[in-house]
Amino acid sequence: MKNILLLICKRIGASLITIFVISLIIFIGVELLPGDVAETVLGQSATPETVEAFRKELKLDLPPHVRYATWLNHFVHGDFGNSLANKRPVAELVNWRLSNTLLLAMVTAFIAVPLSIFLGILAALYRNTLFDKMISITTLSFISFPEFFIAYVLIALFSVQLNIFPSLAIIDDNMGFFNKLYAIILPSLTLTCVVTAHMMRQTRAAIINVLGSAYIEMAEIKGIRGFRIIVYHAFPNALSPVINVVAVNLAYLVVGVVLVEVVFVYPGLGQLLVDSVAKRDLPVVQASGLIFSIAYIFMNLAADILSMLANPKLRQSNF
Amino acid sequence: MKVLKTLKDGDFLITNMAVHRHNRSVESLYKNSRLRGLSYKTYMADIRHNLSNKAYFIFTPKEKCIMSYLSLLEKMLEQKKISRRQFMTQASALGLIAAAPTILTKHAIASETPQKGGTFRHAMTGASTSDSLDPATLFANHAINISSQVSNCLVEIDHNFKPVPELAESWEASSDAKKWVFKLRKGVEFHNGKTMTVNDVIFSINHHRGEESKSAAKPYLKSVESIKADGNDTVVFTLSEGSADFPFILGDYHLRIYPEGTEGKDWEKAIGTGGYILENWEPGVRALTKRNPNYWKTGRAHFNEVETIAISDVNARTNALKTGRIDAMDRVDVKTVHLLKKMPNLNVSAITGTMHYSVPMLVDVKPYSDKNVRMALKLAVDREEMVKNILKGYGELGNDHPISSVNRYHASNLEQRKYDPDKANFYMKKAGMLDHTFNLHASDAAFSGAVDAAVLYQESAKKAGIKINVVREPSDGYWSNVWTKKEWCMCYWSGRPVEDMMFSVGYATGAPWNDTHWSNEKFNKLLKEARAELDEAKRLQLYTEMQQICNEDSGTVIPMFNQIVEGFSSKLGHGAVSAHMELDGHRNTERWWFKA
Repeated sequence: MKNILLLICKRIGASLITIFVISLIIFIGVELLPGDVAETVLGQSATPETVEAFRKELKLDLPPHVRYATWLNHFVHGDFGNSLANKRPVAELVNWRLSNTLLLAMVTAFIAVPLSIFLGILAALYRNTLFDKMISITTLSFISFPEFFIAYVLIALFSVQLNIFPSLAIIDDNMGFFNKLYAIILPSLTLTCVVTAHMMRQTRAAIINVLGSAYIEMAEIKGIRGFRIIVYHAFPNALSPVINVVAVNLAYLVVGVVLVEVVFVYPGLGQLLVDSVAKRDLPVVQASGLIFSIAYIFMNLAADILSMLANPKLRQSNF
Repeated sequence: MKVLKTLKDGDFLITNMAVHRHNRSVESLYKNSRLRGLSYKTYMADIRHNLSNKAYFIFTPKEKCIMSYLSLLEKMLEQKKISRRQFMTQASALGLIAAAPTILTKHAIASETPQKGGTFRHAMTGASTSDSLDPATLFANHAINISSQVSNCLVEIDHNFKPVPELAESWEASSDAKKWVFKLRKGVEFHNGKTMTVNDVIFSINHHRGEESKSAAKPYLKSVESIKADGNDTVVFTLSEGSADFPFILGDYHLRIYPEGTEGKDWEKAIGTGGYILENWEPGVRALTKRNPNYWKTGRAHFNEVETIAISDVNARTNALKTGRIDAMDRVDVKTVHLLKKMPNLNVSAITGTMHYSVPMLVDVKPYSDKNVRMALKLAVDREEMVKNILKGYGELGNDHPISSVNRYHASNLEQRKYDPDKANFYMKKAGMLDHTFNLHASDAAFSGAVDAAVLYQESAKKAGIKINVVREPSDGYWSNVWTKKEWCMCYWSGRPVEDMMFSVGYATGAPWNDTHWSNEKFNKLLKEARAELDEAKRLQLYTEMQQICNEDSGTVIPMFNQIVEGFSSKLGHGAVSAHMELDGHRNTERWWFKA
């Protein structure tokens, strides 16, 4: 247990440094992009005078390091600043969308994780049979299509033809939980199709790997049934790699679903990040970029801790 | 009924909706059918077949043929074979709404008058999470539409491209068109209960003027020297030079009236005088508005609630319309519009407006500084092919000037420039530039299909022996990094309701958006002259001459004008649809209603 606490402390320390470096990279990256918020917001209707006036208003005429220092100063005091483009507080913009993104990620995880682990176990149990190949082919084909294509197919089937699920997943705070669930069924299904293959294949591989060990052979000799061997004996020892791949996929569900958001018009963080990068709206890019980094950092940390708990061997090792 | 259905399917009749000159309509019917690859003969045969009892109609002179079609429509209306709305659509397509109001009142049927109620849900493109309702930075459909729901301008531009009173009750110009006196409507209240005063108006217009303004409308107001109040409800604009079209400028969608002192985050609350009150506004997602019970206009703003959804993906928009999640959408994909038309409960409208695609070249950069090179490139583009392939027929041919056939002073007798590889080769040879490779910078950020259009250009030029190299540019930052920076690129213009605005912002020497750096002394002189001229006939003559100069000398290739193609539920009722901007001039929430 002491090891775990130590690990958490060390990791949090490292995370803070990582976050600082990332914020610096984001800042430099946005600065390197041609054009600034004044030019992009005014777009085709920009004239040199209006761009100049806009820049002055936003204090973009200050040198970059001054602007970064100001932002950092506000940030460590818990102030995310205001959007440059429409003056809204970034915290307000991000909050709502973050909860939407997390809702979609959690609902999808709720379907996808048990489903893929179950399929993985079945595939390991019936390995190299027609059934195993069918599962692999199906899930791998889903992952091979671009996600917007799967989304269109699901929309064509379930909303245009059968008309049972909505094609738009716009949700707001006034909707009840079940209404929200109903609205996001199709995007969750789409994402489920996308992430299942990865987790399923990893589960299958990890279990098959363990199945070669001597203690499994022993269990088989004792006459234990195949399913029981896998669930009780092989799977717990195969947990580590499974946890890792699940963590990576969960992080993906938080940060990488912008295409699905666009197709279903879902108000998530991805769209916010893309729009704010397109508009060079730095405070918003920083906030959403940092949230995404934190999602990855947190997921990795959680995966390590869970792996340690699941595997006594790792608990002893020094981090 | 069958007659109308077939006509609607061809939809050539709707093309010229809001054209107020009858004689142009039949011409464009014919032009349109040509663009779709129908020969004149098949087109005629088709019409004859459908209107067998009126077979003579197409061969009679233009005016007569419209009138005979109208009488047919009237007869069908009388026999209740068509609804009044269908009648109106067809009649307005012929440009007869304004010309023949008596015909309409004669057949006014109670059930077709606007109905109150219902929740109108419409979706459009051009939204971003960084959108603002500050009228200075309005740019794309979503925010413009919401802004028009919640606020008003001094002047409204109606479906006939005429300025009509909105928050201004009336106006008057001095004889040199330098001094404009606007009388304001009395007793108009903002959503917060405050009564609109002359100070609010002056504040709102000044928001777009002066050194600190970042407004996109700033260039329009350049000639305004002073804005002064005269009493409690009169505003006096003094201009540095005469401008006969000044009311049009005040009808621009940026110049909205908000309470004095609005700034920063307050713009997002959008306290206007409009027909709807903003309930909820989430940039890049949607806005919810509720009918303003205290709206000063009568017979407008019929819906109880409006949901304005941002859907940038055209397939998602189409699906939402098909499944009934929304009632109307903008920018239908012309590649799949035929499928949408087959849906029984949907209507598709296609209207020629002022929008056009252009290919500007910097005329102060070699070799584009040579007039022969410009002429060769103008002749080397196959316009018909472009309209057919890029617009799928939903457009009109451009004639290398930015004035649309729906504009007041369109030069209809100016000869249409055609694809002529031999002539193009001749001019290019004359310029000695046959070995030169012309870099054409393109990205779909310019307009959807811009890269394809550039490749088509390349192919047609190849037949003339002219080498074009298409350079693909990133969509991101296209307007700030490529447009007006690279020597030759693809571009899109929404056009302007009046000639003066279009030429002053895009073609005059030193104009803010003169994307070719073109400078023509005679053109500039004529522009000034026409601006201050109040006589209609004289203006037509001046503007015609300017269009000709543009056509021959300017650095802008304008291959086509695209139509506004929109889809909506057949439950919706509406009057004549404006060609000035999309979504009925962005006033669909105010002008449309649900049929009972």
